[in-house]
Amino acid sequence: MRNPGAFIVAAAAFAALAAPLLSSHTPDDRHPRLLNSPPTIPHIKDDGGQWRAPFIYQWRLVNQLEQRFEEDRSTPVPLAWFPRGRIIASADESTAPFMPLGTDSYGRDVWARLLFGARASLGIALLAAAGAVIVGALLGGVAGYVGGTTDDALMRATDFVMVLPAMYVALALRSVLPLVLPPLTVFTLLTAIFAVVGAPFVARGVRGIVRTERRLEYAAAAEALGASDVRLLVRHLLPAARGFLAVELTMLVPAFVVAEATLSYIGLGFPDPIPSWGTMLHDASNVRVFVDFPWLLSPAVAMFIVVFGLNLALQGRRPGVESIR
Amino acid sequence: MIRYTLRRIVFALFLVLAVSSGALILARLAPGDYASGALGIEAQRETVEQMRARLGLNKSIAEQYVDWLAAAVRLDFGRSLQYDRPVSDLIPERAANTAILSLTAIVLATLIGVPLGVVAGSSQSGIVRSVIRAGSLVLLSTPPLLTSLFLVFLAARTGWLPIAGMRSSGVPPGDAWLDLVRHLIVPAAAVGLPLAAMLERLQAQATSEVIDQPFIAAARARGASARRIVWRDALRASLAPVASVYGLIVGTLLSGSFAVEVITAWPGLGSLMLDALRTRDVFLVAGCAGAGAVFLAAGTLVSDLALAAIDPRTRES
Repeated sequence: MRNPGAFIVAAAAFAALAAPLLSSHTPDDRHPRLLNSPPTIPHIKDDGGQWRAPFIYQWRLVNQLEQRFEEDRSTPVPLAWFPRGRIIASADESTAPFMPLGTDSYGRDVWARLLFGARASLGIALLAAAGAVIVGALLGGVAGYVGGTTDDALMRATDFVMVLPAMYVALALRSVLPLVLPPLTVFTLLTAIFAVVGAPFVARGVRGIVRTERRLEYAAAAEALGASDVRLLVRHLLPAARGFLAVELTMLVPAFVVAEATLSYIGLGFPDPIPSWGTMLHDASNVRVFVDFPWLLSPAVAMFIVVFGLNLALQGRRPGVESIR
Repeated sequence: MIRYTLRRIVFALFLVLAVSSGALILARLAPGDYASGALGIEAQRETVEQMRARLGLNKSIAEQYVDWLAAAVRLDFGRSLQYDRPVSDLIPERAANTAILSLTAIVLATLIGVPLGVVAGSSQSGIVRSVIRAGSLVLLSTPPLLTSLFLVFLAARTGWLPIAGMRSSGVPPGDAWLDLVRHLIVPAAAVGLPLAAMLERLQAQATSEVIDQPFIAAARARGASARRIVWRDALRASLAPVASVYGLIVGTLLSGSFAVEVITAWPGLGSLMLDALRTRDVFLVAGCAGAGAVFLAAGTLVSDLALAAIDPRTRES
């Protein structure tokens, strides 16, 4: 793979799509006996020093008050391959479920929630970034093409949105609506809000590119051949901004992943049963909780990996950040 | 220069007015209000109506907005419904806390980012450059939401630093400063570290560009030491592009400090605004938004003016 960043991002996207295969539970399965249990670690060597097929030990609650668990090393439970349409799961689901990232305070599989949560978190970010790029390209294209008062008005408006702290704008817009909404409405709503907040940054750049390109000979040639304004703008001028738009898209996705997480963290994003990286962090928002059960921070790690992958993919393409050497 | 300054000030005033008006209207448009929230769903209809009438929430949006605007001209920004105190009493204290956090973060970011950027941009050693760049890339990928979670986790696990709030109770007044500094470390680092990475990247690029310029070769030919060239001539020439970013940082800083304030329970503007939004405390929402806009306007104004003072070309646009 020439670009490790793109590889990381592709892997994350694949994990989100293949969530039902990769996890051995659904995100809502509750295990009332295993609240905040630590990750189950697959072993390949038993206490007698004997090598064997991957197996796990059952967690036994040793301290109810501190919710401390210990491995019950007397009965190894083998891992089963491809049971019930999943890649891997425990052979004895009722006593020793396989949960590679432990459970949360409701006894839900953190690994499963992480994978299914990636769908909401990455989906929202990707859709919103695409929306911002499309809206921004159209606004910027029109502003740059038409010029004059339209251009002035549009650019003043984008100036205004750009100086505002994006997080506060999103927060204010979100809080206008009822606190509790059905998940699909939240999804659409957050996507729309993020797209509105992100579009001005795209519009600025596209406007500049369209203005420069408009003066070039190929644009004059297309015009002379009788291309209409719309055709000239959409078929000839906007494609010149393709590279810029690709970079913007890659920069907006991580910003929106974090924005969703922040809004859900403070309780203004998805409602609780819907797994998203933000709602998972919300469950862990009590400091005492995630200090004792650090696996609850895994959505933060996942977020870092995705953002890091996108930044790595952008290396050398983001103006002003990568050194030329 | 005077005309430029005036124009910028007018824009700043407009920004503050528009943001606080917008926030007030949005907060009013939102379903539910302070009265229904504070009394709960089981409250009698009449009780809710009485409370609304007492707080002036039964007026139409337009009426309320005009009243608020007329009072705001006299610097009376209304009363907070939940704290029952004037908004102009509540905000300065919280705004000062946010300012302490943001300024510390900027200073921290500058002290870490700029020198490392100079080293990365001028070093002959590939290892030094890649190590610094890798570090920056990691920090650039951990926005304040994540840095604060990780730092709070570290601080709580090790027990080295306090993890929440701004002051501990029962500290003798003599140690108050030290106590504040100890509380400040985690949130300031959470806001400042990603910023430091950004500054480092910009400074590295600016430095490596400047170093290829003829005047550096000339200085070298005159026999100036490499250290003197990098840290004096090249640094001075490369500061302008980096300095121009500070104006843009202010907005990022407010957004970033919001998440950090919530996670580390720092009593700043962000957590106050969230609190106000949740309880539909409309005047407090407008006040917080206005105060945020003042920050923003002041930040961009100062950095624009500083830049215009350095570089006359920027005054035109």
